[in-house]
Amino acid sequence: MLVNYEEHTRTLVISFDGEIDHHSCASMAVISDDAIKKYLPQKLIFDFRGVKFMDSAGIGMIIGRYKQLIRFGGKAEMQNVGDDVKRIFNMVGIFKIIPLAKEKEEV
Amino acid sequence: MDNEMKLEIRSKSCNEAFARIVVAAFASQLDPTLEEIADIKTAVSEAVTNSIIHGYDSKDGVIHINCKLIDSSIEIEIIDYGKGIENIDVAKQPLYTSKPELDRSGMGFTIMESFMDFFSVESIVGMGTKIKMRKEIKK
Repeated sequence: MLVNYEEHTRTLVISFDGEIDHHSCASMAVISDDAIKKYLPQKLIFDFRGVKFMDSAGIGMIIGRYKQLIRFGGKAEMQNVGDDVKRIFNMVGIFKIIPLAKEKEEV
Repeated sequence: MDNEMKLEIRSKSCNEAFARIVVAAFASQLDPTLEEIADIKTAVSEAVTNSIIHGYDSKDGVIHINCKLIDSSIEIEIIDYGKGIENIDVAKQPLYTSKPELDRSGMGFTIMESFMDFFSVESIVGMGTKIKMRKEIKK
């Protein structure tokens, strides 16, 4: 998992990797919440490029962080969401509140 | 195809990944697609997580996972001996969770139901819960 903050755009990028389940969510939530409180970003991007598996625990974890973020007035997006993960998120229509960022071409 | 395996794990969250990988590996004998494997892994992960968080309230317990391959389908039973579910109809509703404070989405049963071809819950309060699921592997 990687946390990267860009000062001039006030954008925080949280990149997940591996498998997102109830077990791994515990530390992902703590690391994400710490970063949100530390940087108070205007924009938060959740990046799923390295995610190999996610179950419904991921929905709860992302919505929980989103609730932290909006307390400070930030906006959130998701990017690099693979098909399997997208299928899980689509079940609750999460992209209506946390939209998918326009995919950037890899250099 | 006719085969069977039984797995017993302790109700520790680090066993969630272990359980779904074992079942997926067993199911691979039926030559499933990547999507079918993802469906099975996700459904097993949801059921085992429910047993750990809800059945045993994150305390120590035993979970049994029984799998059978019958022709081109896999039957999976996930059994705990925890506190049971008082009202299964309420628990199965999408977005319902008895533990919102734990960041739970309430989508576990909905995912099992929609990712598998058959799904049922049997539960007795104070005795435990048995999930039965079946997935047909298309040829």
